[in-house]
Amino acid sequence: MATTYLKDLAIRLAETPDNFDCQLIPGDVDVLQVVVDDLEEFPIYMSVSDTQVLFITYLWTEADVNPEQRTTMLEAMLDMNIPIPLSAFSRIGDRYVLFGAARRDSSLDAIVTELHTLAENALDALEAMQEFFL
Amino acid sequence: MEILKKIMTALRGGAREVGEAVVDAQGTRILEQEIRDAKESLDDAKNNLTDVMAKESQAQRKAQLIKSQIKETEGHVNEALDKGEERLALELAEKIAGMESELAEQNEITKSFGDHVDRLKSLMQDAERQIAEYERQLSMVKTTESVHKATEAISDSFATTSSNVRSAKETLERIKAKQEHAEDRLAAAQELEREASGADLDEKMAKAGVGQTGPDANDILERIKAKRK
Repeated sequence: MATTYLKDLAIRLAETPDNFDCQLIPGDVDVLQVVVDDLEEFPIYMSVSDTQVLFITYLWTEADVNPEQRTTMLEAMLDMNIPIPLSAFSRIGDRYVLFGAARRDSSLDAIVTELHTLAENALDALEAMQEFFL
Repeated sequence: MEILKKIMTALRGGAREVGEAVVDAQGTRILEQEIRDAKESLDDAKNNLTDVMAKESQAQRKAQLIKSQIKETEGHVNEALDKGEERLALELAEKIAGMESELAEQNEITKSFGDHVDRLKSLMQDAERQIAEYERQLSMVKTTESVHKATEAISDSFATTSSNVRSAKETLERIKAKQEHAEDRLAAAQELEREASGADLDEKMAKAGVGQTGPDANDILERIKAKRK
């Protein structure tokens, strides 16, 4: 089910005039990797559940963070969650991520917007937060 | 909610165990069972509802029938009175009394079916709310599980390809280099465009005084002076 959805989406994304580079990563949970334009530093990983589509991009790891700045960084991330459009900060294991979620039956337009926004947000976030890195 | 708290505890317990903690969570199975149960009782309630609604309209029809019979009999009473048939009129009136008590009974039945319908509808609403709530909680568990499994799949794919995870600093440097490269390319493209349009060459020629075609006042003056001699 999830695989069909993601494969279908990959085809539809390839047919858009936008420059998307899609690659399916099979696993326990199938993931579609999408590179938006030339933002290959922030591939977006899409996975689907019964009800929603998740868009995740990895920002940095715990190892990148200056321990003295860590609390300040976490607070800054919390503060920025609302200003950042369509995306929010989170953490998976020791990786900090930026993610978005959409209904599974979202239109292609909505998904395209989500992908562009997320990749650009990730670039902005990394540049904005560089003072916290080692 | 309970589930969110469980997930938080699992996550705080350490990333490595999260997958298992959430997958193993008895909670998932219990939730799934509860959703199934709630859906079953919703189905039962629906079946009951259609049944009771049918009975309600049946009772309504029956009451309607009695009403029209009463009206008809009342007509007969009037007719009997017109003809001076007092005894017959009384007999008919007794019949009406019987029908009226039957009507009251039938109305009572209709009302009790109506109440039952209301009760079933509110039960169904509760069941639907309950299902939505269970499904929301289940989706939290499943999403947590799915995200961790997806991360594993992505990590595995990273490990097998050469594109290893870069540090934040390296990523920033790459981005900066790319942005500079893009700026250089833009400048180069503008330069090329200028050259192609000839603007650049004209500028150089003008600077060197090459290719000036307009008449020069000094030359003309010299020419006139030469003629005067």
